[in-house]
Amino acid sequence: MGLLSKKDANLILDPLADNNPITIQVLGICSALAITAELQASVVMSISVLFVLGVGNVVISLLRNVIPSKIRIIVQLIVVATLVIVVDQVLKAFAYELSKTLAVFVGLIITNCIIMGRFEAFALGNGPWKSFLDGIGNALGYGVILIIVGFFRELLGSGTLFGIPVLGDPIAKTGLYATGYENNGFMIIPPAALIVVGIIIWVQRSRNKALIEEA
Amino acid sequence: MGLKEKLHKTKLKYQGKKMAPAFNAIHTFLYAPNETTHSGSHVRGADDLKRTMNTVIMALVPCLLFGMFNTGYQQDIAINGAPEAFSLMEHFLTWDNFWLGLITILPLVVVSYGVGLAVEFVFAVIKGHEVEEGYLVTGMLVPLIVPVDIPLWMLAVAVVFGVVIGKEVFGGTGMNILNPALTIRAFLFFAYPTWMSGDKVWVHGAVDGVTKSGTTDAISGETVLGYLAQGNTEMSYSLSDMFFGFIPGSVGETSTLLILLGGLFLIFSKIASWRIMVSAVIGALAMGLIFNGVVTAGWIPEYSKFYSLMNFEFWQHLLVGGLAFGIVYMATDPVTGSQTNRGKWIYGFLIGFLSVMIRVFNPGYPEGVFLAILLMNVFAPTIDHYVVRGNIKRRMKRLKNATIYPKTSGEVEALKTETV
Repeated sequence: MGLLSKKDANLILDPLADNNPITIQVLGICSALAITAELQASVVMSISVLFVLGVGNVVISLLRNVIPSKIRIIVQLIVVATLVIVVDQVLKAFAYELSKTLAVFVGLIITNCIIMGRFEAFALGNGPWKSFLDGIGNALGYGVILIIVGFFRELLGSGTLFGIPVLGDPIAKTGLYATGYENNGFMIIPPAALIVVGIIIWVQRSRNKALIEEA
Repeated sequence: MGLKEKLHKTKLKYQGKKMAPAFNAIHTFLYAPNETTHSGSHVRGADDLKRTMNTVIMALVPCLLFGMFNTGYQQDIAINGAPEAFSLMEHFLTWDNFWLGLITILPLVVVSYGVGLAVEFVFAVIKGHEVEEGYLVTGMLVPLIVPVDIPLWMLAVAVVFGVVIGKEVFGGTGMNILNPALTIRAFLFFAYPTWMSGDKVWVHGAVDGVTKSGTTDAISGETVLGYLAQGNTEMSYSLSDMFFGFIPGSVGETSTLLILLGGLFLIFSKIASWRIMVSAVIGALAMGLIFNGVVTAGWIPEYSKFYSLMNFEFWQHLLVGGLAFGIVYMATDPVTGSQTNRGKWIYGFLIGFLSVMIRVFNPGYPEGVFLAILLMNVFAPTIDHYVVRGNIKRRMKRLKNATIYPKTSGEVEALKTETV
């Protein structure tokens, strides 16, 4: 890549696979379970976290030399909270229905461990550009998993993608439903997300044995 | 050269190959292998895993056969109404009933075993271990705990889920936390609730809208528990119907009599734990008595939605639904249950206690027994842990209070260790 040095590119690419915040670091599980029943909500959640983590990392990185370390958590919280309120208001203004689906979970981005984790582990010790890339990378890694989980849960649970029926009409029994297929109600409930995430972790680790932790 | 010798020969060809486990599974299933013990102890118990599994399957066969007759009988009475003077030979044990049951239930058994064993084979080949016998009992239990008309593809999906997520991810037979058969049922229940509850699925043909002769009403049939959960108090089935099993329900769970006989058989062959069975029955009776007491004391008004189930005679809980079946065949699973004797008492008691509680308090889950067993499966290791800790503590106390008379002061320590 000409635009980024190899080191910088790794900041973005690592969290997408071998250092994924959800499947490897096992952070941010709460929202991954709660809002992935629909693909649309997953995408919006991913974009929100992308914004909050990207901007937040830059802000914390710029402030890193003036934040007294005793109160750094409070400062971090204020930064996240400010950004989350911005996201929340934008959603309410431009996508009201969606903001109702996401409900409290937008607000809960504040407590998403991935964000605090990146602030603590990366932004406090690196420059703004690197922090920005790290934030984008981790948010993308989070988003990828959210979208994969959302894809399977919505497809198998409701037979739709982004709310558009893709398998036919379950009531009029067209498409796949004509053969007796039925939506899987289990995929709608949050425990299903846990199992889908588990399967992703399983697949990822069986493809790359180096990721398996010592028992 | 007979098949047996041929298999012994072909085994050598497969040795060390990738498909060896798959071949060995077929080989040992058909014949005793021609191997002798190479080292170590040459004296073994005859009741190995395969024998244990086969004994449980034998105990399940009467339930399966009864289920086949009952499938036909239930459809018959749903269409033509209950016979005025019931005669076992004329109305129940008929060829028509059996044939209808056979053609509806045999596919369930075939799908359950076919899909389940296929998954086991795939995992054995990938991981390079022998195919384990663990699925033999699960495969027989699954068709017995689902409604007759469950679509076969749903059963197949659930079996794949149950065997992979319920068992293989934990390391296969003997390592699973949850009972795989119940995992399969739980998956079906939450994934396709319309096929696992209500008044349509328990009688064969009701979903397709088989109509009563002479009328346009489609047939339906409800389980006793489903009926009570809707607030009805009048019982349409007699006690003997419930005991002998002439009621709608999952395929093999209806006949309490046959389950009782199967349970006794398992106890006398020392396959299943009588402690778990007895304590689970006690637990169910205790919870039932508490609910009956609440009704008698007048703490709950008649219009309450719990009233009819709470008012249900405490001992009759054992006759309806899957409680008896669950206690005898599922709770006693040696892998997922408690291992210590005292733990078995606690584990069994809570299964019975919680089953009746879920039944009464959540009309949406009249079959609370499978949830209760799964829940206690999760807690079984915890129970065992505290039983073992308690035992250690008691013996430490005994040691502390023990009066030891040493001849010389140097012998004190030596005697102490012996007393423990």
